[in-house]
Amino acid sequence: MYPASFEYHRASSVADAIARIAENPDAKILAGGYSLIPAMKLRLAQPGELVDLGGIPELKGIIVDGGARIGAMSTYDELRDHAELAALYPILPEVINVIGDQQVRAHGTIGGSLAHNDPAADMTAVFLALKGEVVAQGSAGERTIAADDLFVEFWTTSLNPDEIITEVRLLAPSAGARMTYEKHAHPASGYAIAGIAVVLSTSGGIVDAARIAITGVTTVPTRAKAAESALVGKALDTSSIAAAVAVVADDLEINGDHHASVEYRTHLLKVHTGRALTRLQDS
Amino acid sequence: MAESLTKQVAATKVQVTVNGVEREAEVEPRTLLVHFLRDQLGLTGTHVGCDTSQCGACVVNVNGLTTKSCTMFAVQAQGATIQTIEGLTPGEGGFHPMQEAFWEEHGLQCGFCTPGMIMSSISLLERNPNPTEEEIRHGLEGNICRCTGYENIVKAVQYAAARRGGTDSGD
Repeated sequence: MYPASFEYHRASSVADAIARIAENPDAKILAGGYSLIPAMKLRLAQPGELVDLGGIPELKGIIVDGGARIGAMSTYDELRDHAELAALYPILPEVINVIGDQQVRAHGTIGGSLAHNDPAADMTAVFLALKGEVVAQGSAGERTIAADDLFVEFWTTSLNPDEIITEVRLLAPSAGARMTYEKHAHPASGYAIAGIAVVLSTSGGIVDAARIAITGVTTVPTRAKAAESALVGKALDTSSIAAAVAVVADDLEINGDHHASVEYRTHLLKVHTGRALTRLQDS
Repeated sequence: MAESLTKQVAATKVQVTVNGVEREAEVEPRTLLVHFLRDQLGLTGTHVGCDTSQCGACVVNVNGLTTKSCTMFAVQAQGATIQTIEGLTPGEGGFHPMQEAFWEEHGLQCGFCTPGMIMSSISLLERNPNPTEEEIRHGLEGNICRCTGYENIVKAVQYAAARRGGTDSGD
């Protein structure tokens, strides 16, 4: 299968890439390519120009300094293989292990995943649960966008058309933070039918902060705030977990499609939320 | 849509090193790496299976990374070092240890997925020289064998790992 014809530009710098996409509204950014290229081959995407970020060294690299600053073009394998990063955020190697296949993990990038915002992606929910932020550069300069403000609609973010994610930042986890990712994967595609990322911390045995982000269940990765509230101020035990599971779907508009009905997805969300929280209780 | 379908885009020159040999050809930007390898360089050992990034029959190694060559444009490979199945046995005769392992353990039936399976398996052992059976199966998730010959493929990777001084194959 051949995609429709397009012009190709291998960007030499972030400024060069921004200039090209600002000039040509029909241009699209090429990162790892494992989502965009298949979409182009199916002619679901037909950009007139591809601006390839693959040759920009400044978009690579991982710095751990209490929190973490991750170059947007860092691949999943680079994240997974970074010992300091993995020690600080054990949820990262955990989630990466269940993203795509080995070729996706070798080429797929964290910036690409967040900018693409596939409604069934895994990394988006983890980023949201970790309360990360992205650095976006565009014609008007640089700004940061908090995870809670990034995801707008499926495949749509709050990035402006001429902005590129250059860096992903993660806050230092609180002392004693516990985190995990749990999903029901589609048996053929591996995408999340229901994915749940949980990051919580306890103080004196009591949950003092919890972020639960879900993916594959709603049109955008979303926090399950009712379940978060059910945990905060309680010990993480069978009773508080049952209370969180009972309300996890509250106030959420759950998707139904040919893969899973609303009822089935809601059931999966509850089952996997329970498993994720129980895993943290036991950890 | 009509405009982009008929748009003429100038071909650009791509220079790569494939299996140790410098190669150069003119490609359209939309030319996939797999078609560049097969149709322009004549390296037909790399197969096109599903053509939708799922089956792994087209797996090659690009700059050390395991790569589905149907999911990369040839222009992205400018300057890259590429290894294909043909590059495993430079010179006359003999097998690469992974090819020998697939031979010994009968890790193939019809053989269509085999080039991709072998290329992925070599990358797998480079990342993890001593994998468990579960890690082998997980590492090869991007390669599909429609003969469902997975048992012997897994045994072949275990055989190759043992020969490299990694895990005991359990035989």
